Amino acid sequence: MDAGTRRDFLYVASGALGGVGLAAMAWPFIDQMNPTSATLAAGTTEIDLSPIQVGQQVVFKFRGHPLFVRRRTPAEIAEANAVDVNSLPDPLAYNDNLADNAPATDANRATKPEWLILIGVCTHLGCTPTVSTPQMPQGDYGGWLCHCHGSQYDTAGRIRKGPAPRNLEVPQYAFLSATRVMVG
Amino acid sequence: MSGPSTYKPNSGFERWLDTRLPLPRLLHDTIHTFPTPRNLNIWYTFGAILTFCLGIQIVTGIVLAMHYVANAGLAFDSVESIMRDVNYGWLIRYMHSNGASMFFLAVYIHMFRGLYYGSYKAPRELIWIIGVLIYVLMMATAFFGYVLPWGQMSFWGATVITNLFSAIPVVGKGIATWLWGDFAVGDATLNRFFSLHYLLPFIIAGVVGLHIWALHVPGNNNPLGIDVKSPQDTVPFHPYYTVKDAFYLTLFVILFAIFVFYAPNFFGNPDNYQQANPLVTPPDIVPEWYLLPFYAMLRSIPNKLMGVIVMAGAMITLVFIPWLDTSRVRSCRFRPLMKQFFWGFAVACVALGYCGSQSVDASVAGIPLVWVARVATFYYYAFFWLIMPIVGLIETPKKIPASIAQSVLGDTAAAPAE
Repeated sequence: MDAGTRRDFLYVASGALGGVGLAAMAWPFIDQMNPTSATLAAGTTEIDLSPIQVGQQVVFKFRGHPLFVRRRTPAEIAEANAVDVNSLPDPLAYNDNLADNAPATDANRATKPEWLILIGVCTHLGCTPTVSTPQMPQGDYGGWLCHCHGSQYDTAGRIRKGPAPRNLEVPQYAFLSATRVMVG
Repeated sequence: MSGPSTYKPNSGFERWLDTRLPLPRLLHDTIHTFPTPRNLNIWYTFGAILTFCLGIQIVTGIVLAMHYVANAGLAFDSVESIMRDVNYGWLIRYMHSNGASMFFLAVYIHMFRGLYYGSYKAPRELIWIIGVLIYVLMMATAFFGYVLPWGQMSFWGATVITNLFSAIPVVGKGIATWLWGDFAVGDATLNRFFSLHYLLPFIIAGVVGLHIWALHVPGNNNPLGIDVKSPQDTVPFHPYYTVKDAFYLTLFVILFAIFVFYAPNFFGNPDNYQQANPLVTPPDIVPEWYLLPFYAMLRSIPNKLMGVIVMAGAMITLVFIPWLDTSRVRSCRFRPLMKQFFWGFAVACVALGYCGSQSVDASVAGIPLVWVARVATFYYYAFFWLIMPIVGLIETPKKIPASIAQSVLGDTAAAPAE
């Protein structure tokens, strides 16, 4: 093969530059699909816990998702503590307030054992699970049952049975006082 | 079969046009003189019926878009205004929503016909593959369209389907956010789905053009699955098949009209007359009937990623059928063994559809439906990847007639038993 001519060089160089230009122009058209700055700036939610009774769950809206705030009974806390973390389908806490590799102990799921705060989005395909109460049990683990595809969560929001791969996510939050919590 | 053109320009203007834009020649050769096997039966009229369905969806859809508002706060009310206030809005919307179901009914019959008579086999592989592409585009279009009324089933159906992408390791979550334009299905999602719902039917129309183009090279397959050998085996497309297609299209339109006028919500879900609420999931999320078999596959696998792979694989499998079938005989009329497995496949698809329509933990006669769905899913895969290659090799086909003309006009030889 003989060495390329000046024409070959110009041909390849202009083709390559055109390709780079096309790729650079493609990015704005791809990135425009991502959340806008206004969506990203969606703020925090402050919640008054005082009206919530023991054994009750109240659902708030947080960044477009349901937010579960559940005031657990001592029996529910004991039930969650009795589980061996290593036997869980997902042994990680998924608590945004803790390190990524924190184990899914009950203490790592709820900083104050009485208050379990979770993003109410099933980790399977995004439905909102139904809360279990002694009057109307949902699933076998006393926590939540997702009616879409049958995932069951326990009283610490950990996946126990069904197709969901992960525990319900614990969002970032901080207690401002005994009855006020800032989520986000 | 497309052979040399027989078009003869009749006037000075036609001669002038023929040397510049030979459109009359194209129409003459494709829908007038096109030689078509003389033995096509009722199941071959669904191509024309499907073209009609696409036309109905585009015309009614363009009208609906004049009254619809793609905004999470206004969409639901704008659909109600179409139903109550817009002149004949109820009729046009019911034609559009039932039209989708009729479209899928016709496409399933069309696909099963292709499977039964071996229409995917050489030299028609690309017709089949382009058809599978049209089917996938149809499912995407139907899914986007179902989201637009912004009812409960719209919202949660969109949530579940877009979350399928989150099963992809590492990048899945980012893809889902990219699809939503938010951290959940919301206003941004609705707007882009409307844009795509308007776009895709025109893409489908273009791909249908390729489908017909590819069909017009080898010409139609036929219920005997044998090649056209002489002009005696064919009749011109017009008037023979234009009239036959028109007759069965009329019957199809009567069925369509029965749904539109007497049972317009037969295929719908009452939950979709409730406005979308991101905080409450309806007790049972059910997709439209034409997606139920795939939904049942997804639910029957107890692992998120595997469930998505099995469901997507079921659609991708269709592309490989031309090479999975090892038989030299096209039509199941002459394949006694394959015919039985074919009907088994039809039963498996219906069983999957039924399982998908029931709740996750339902059972029939003590048998949990999740196990019925698992067995049917296994059969679905086995039919294509095991049965098709093996039966083609071990089966002894029945005697094939010498030609279409001989079979139809029947000298002394009796027509093959069906």
